[in-house]
Amino acid sequence: MATKPFTYDISRGFLPGHRACAGCGQAAAVRMVMEIAAPNCVVTNATGCLEVFSTPYPESAWGVPWLHSLFENSASIASGVEAALRKQGRLENTRVLAFGGDGGTVDIGFGALSGMLERGHDILYVCYDNEAYMNTGVQRSGATPYAASTTTSPAGRASFGEDHPKKNLPAICAAHGIPYVATASMAFFADLKRKVRKALGIRGPKYIHVHVPCPPGWGYPEKDTVEIGKLAVETGLFPLVEWEDGEVTRVRKIKRLPVEEYLKPQRRFRHLFRTEEGKAKLAEIQAIADSNIEKYGLAG
Amino acid sequence: MRKMIEGSRAVAEAVALCRPDVISAYPITPQTHIVEDLSQMVADGQLDAEYIRVESEHSAASACLGAVAAGSRAYSATTSQGMMLMIEVLYNIAGMRLPLVITGVNRALSAPLSIWNDQQDTMGIRDTGWLQLYAENSQDALDMHIQAYKIAEDDRVLLPVMVCMDGFVLTHTYESVDMPEQEQVDAFLPRYNPLYRLDPEDPYTLGAFVGPEAYHEVRYVLQQDCLGAKEVVKEVARDFQKAFGRWSGDVIDTYHCDDAETIVVALGTLVGTLKDWVDARRAEGQKVGVVKLRCFRPFPGEELVEAVSGAKQVVVLEKAVSVGAQGIVASELRSALYGKATVPVACSFVGLGGRDITFDTIDEACKRAGDGETEFFAGLRTEVLEEA
Ligand SMILES: Cc1ncc(C[n+]2csc(CCOP(=O)(O)OP(=O)(O)O)c2C)c(N)n1
Ligand SMILES: [Mg+2]
Repeated sequence: MATKPFTYDISRGFLPGHRACAGCGQAAAVRMVMEIAAPNCVVTNATGCLEVFSTPYPESAWGVPWLHSLFENSASIASGVEAALRKQGRLENTRVLAFGGDGGTVDIGFGALSGMLERGHDILYVCYDNEAYMNTGVQRSGATPYAASTTTSPAGRASFGEDHPKKNLPAICAAHGIPYVATASMAFFADLKRKVRKALGIRGPKYIHVHVPCPPGWGYPEKDTVEIGKLAVETGLFPLVEWEDGEVTRVRKIKRLPVEEYLKPQRRFRHLFRTEEGKAKLAEIQAIADSNIEKYGLAG
Repeated sequence: MRKMIEGSRAVAEAVALCRPDVISAYPITPQTHIVEDLSQMVADGQLDAEYIRVESEHSAASACLGAVAAGSRAYSATTSQGMMLMIEVLYNIAGMRLPLVITGVNRALSAPLSIWNDQQDTMGIRDTGWLQLYAENSQDALDMHIQAYKIAEDDRVLLPVMVCMDGFVLTHTYESVDMPEQEQVDAFLPRYNPLYRLDPEDPYTLGAFVGPEAYHEVRYVLQQDCLGAKEVVKEVARDFQKAFGRWSGDVIDTYHCDDAETIVVALGTLVGTLKDWVDARRAEGQKVGVVKLRCFRPFPGEELVEAVSGAKQVVVLEKAVSVGAQGIVASELRSALYGKATVPVACSFVGLGGRDITFDTIDEACKRAGDGETEFFAGLRTEVLEEA
């Protein structure tokens, strides 16, 4: 039987054959971002799952020039790349994208990101938020949501998991007054791609924060990544918002589902459903969703 | 052209003559005058470079890393705490084989806080894979920057180079220097032509992670190339002499070592003091000489052995301590001498945190070495010790 040889077009930017886990929300999001950004771009990448699963030497999943240095400096190396391309007269037809996980962006790379935004570099920074340090084994980050159990904020007799709400980094980025900031979700494909396209059409610093569910880290079946991603948005726990020049300009209206529908299928929240105190936490999480709905006007 | 200028100015002008495309730095005393001068040159339109005003030294080094990876010539400068903050990136730059040049201004490390000169900062990054040159005076610092790019960008090297210069002693001191003309530097140092760069037409993956099946070999090649860079440092020093008529040694330089019974080894500005001391003591009939360790990384073990083997004793004056072990240069020199010559090597720590190093300090070090001491701090002030 004749088989058709497997071929792919490297101009797509991010290629199959990498080593992401089944159901990886981050890999899917990167593919969509790169469908818009490739081929005329340079990508910098922070240390984290994406860097590791896409470039085990001598293999690489990247069809575009790609640079990884360290965990906290994706924004800074991108700044250097951008400056060099400008000096060489290559910036006109080359877009610079800087990628990082939530840990590399919200926590350890925060200063570098803020510097990059403030200096006005022509860079699109994309944060892939799976709400913990997944590459090192699901430790909490500043983007870990309230009451989630991680390996360093574990639920236990004296703890209900992460004891602080998720840091609102997109709003902090917007406060820099940069031309464009958006949150997006890998579960809303067209919305994500539209935002990437829009960002790449603007010169100057742009920031997109993409919610990317993680089956092993969050504890749900691999096939449910898109479903889980949708529930985060439809409950109001991950609002889809756009800011231009520091002002909110557009939000995605939601169905306003109860937060339990999102939380219940995930192992990281299961302790909340077992005790009376846990149920009290569910009410607190619903209050976080309600406050998001109110703040951004998400109710349809 | 001869000019009477500050050491920092000499370095800034030399860097500008090297035509960097991208400069990124974060201010820290006593590196500040260099980056202020460069900022002004860019602001005045005299220097056509992108100057990235970063929020930390970690980002300064990172921005330079990105710029070199994208195929540009880049420059940064730092010292002390700033260098410590850069360390992670410094290892990374060398491992990625990116030919960046940085001025490593020498200053003490905290705690206790001190802004004054010693060499604990640059000595502390000696294992990163960076080449290190140590300047004796402003002219040396100026010339070394031009040489540094030539060495770093050589296909046989492709490693970053740090030009180390003593803080304040050089950076804030006015000396007469011979500033080369732009055409001379252009002829000596052509535009950077990278083997590969970030380019959508020809995409490379830079900075992949490497498993145990290849990491060992990658580090082996790094070590071989860093050791091999010694010959390139020598070659570039010779070519520089041909082009500019100046010589300040290659990997080492010697002063009155041929018949010397005591040879003192040092790096940086201390070498200048030592040359005067040698003249003074020779006038009194003492057979003393100096070895200037001009290139500390790669370590010129063979050259040092050859230079000191005929002496009765070697005294290394160290402005850095490997706390809990020994003098860094002394222990590397002893290991180079092992099995080759039996000359005793003493180590005297001097001038930490900006303490003046006088002829008395040097005499004390040589005397105590002669009395058989092998590791000691010269010039300790007993009244301070008693207070402590
Ligand atoms: C300076 C430094 N500290 C810690 C680490 C270890 N480390 C590597 S990746 C990582 C977590 C990455 O988390 P995130 O940025 O959220 O990306 P993810 O893997 O979740 O996609 C950590 C802690 C490191 N590489 N460098
Ligand atoms: Mg993460």
